[in-house]
Amino acid sequence: MDYINPFRDSEMCSALSKEIKKFGREVRFMEVCGTHTMAIHRYGLKSLLPENIRLLSGPGCPVCVTSSMDIDRMIACTHAGIVATFGDMLRVPGTFSSLEKEKAKGADVRVVYSPMDAVEIARKTAKNVIFLGVGFETTAPSVAQAIKSSPENFMVYPMHKLVPPALKKLLEGKNRIDGFLLPGHVCTVTGTKGYEFLKGKIPCVVSGFEPADILASILMLVKQIEEGKADIEIEYGRSVKREGNQKAMETMYEVYEPSGALWRGLGYIESSGLSIRKEFGSKDASALIKEEFESEEREGCRCGEVLQGLVEPVDCPLFSRVCTPLEPIGPCMVSSEGTCAAYYKYGGYA
Amino acid sequence: MMCLGIPVKVVEISGNSAIGEIGGVKRKIDISFVDVKVGDYVILHAGFAIQKLDEEEAEETLKLLREMSDGLY
Repeated sequence: MDYINPFRDSEMCSALSKEIKKFGREVRFMEVCGTHTMAIHRYGLKSLLPENIRLLSGPGCPVCVTSSMDIDRMIACTHAGIVATFGDMLRVPGTFSSLEKEKAKGADVRVVYSPMDAVEIARKTAKNVIFLGVGFETTAPSVAQAIKSSPENFMVYPMHKLVPPALKKLLEGKNRIDGFLLPGHVCTVTGTKGYEFLKGKIPCVVSGFEPADILASILMLVKQIEEGKADIEIEYGRSVKREGNQKAMETMYEVYEPSGALWRGLGYIESSGLSIRKEFGSKDASALIKEEFESEEREGCRCGEVLQGLVEPVDCPLFSRVCTPLEPIGPCMVSSEGTCAAYYKYGGYA
Repeated sequence: MMCLGIPVKVVEISGNSAIGEIGGVKRKIDISFVDVKVGDYVILHAGFAIQKLDEEEAEETLKLLREMSDGLY
């Protein structure tokens, strides 16, 4: 079966758009996931929505929500061995430097596609290999599996974050949100159980990533509002089961346990991160970093507010003037899932 | 790329490892988290298959999408 093209059908998209336009109320929906943000801009979906439906970008970009403190500590990992990372992290500016700058000065920083590629690097060297464990529940099980099947010199600096506690915090905040497009690949792993607390409070639809998926999910949110419902519906049924992927979840919790975490923009949130369990303590690279940092957000950068849907990138005085993908000031401009990067790339700035 | 997942066809299996193909490009994928056979499609994320794609559900969604876009939803 073709799992892509039927969900990109332009006639279907314009028909869905027409249906959505019948809804007259002013509403604000948040697409939680950065991959949704990118898809919305790539396919120009905002132009298919009426003005009364506003899409807000959420905190679903793992690189973007990583705090300056964690970025500084992660950069310090270059002093303790070979650093292996997803490419998104390379140019994220910390308070004093970035991995890219350290690499230019001679640090051994390698970009990998999979945590298993980092395990392969460790098998071929006697040096420590530190993998930067960034990502939500989509990624954490894969990193846990890498930890379980790795040699002694492989370690992980854990910065994983969990989505539901962040949504809870967002709802407690001052931003008005009338519906959530829930992250399709996070829910592929976790299922929808962890989101049950949203039931009866706010309409939610777990969405796929193709244009017709996203438009259909918006239409489903609209229908929920019309019918006075606040359910958790799944549009992305070909990948998301209510129970999620049990094997992946078991592996994640075998290696990690929930712990408090600091989010850029949202601050400290109880049980919203993952720490490596004591049984796997020798794999925890955070124990190697003894330095204390006076970490700071870059002056003028509004990433923290962008991540909460409080402002749009164009509201930031740095956007496109001094902060560009080539010279990023904040992480939202660096990551391929960052809201500022999406606005820049598809908004006629590039 | 962090939450990016793409549908990939499984063309070869050897233990927890498989070869996935998309658009003629082949890549090794870890299938520890899924029960799959050759010919199945999976969502590939960071080198791991995170779920087997459900063909029946995909057809069901397309049917629903067509109904919604015809104003019959």
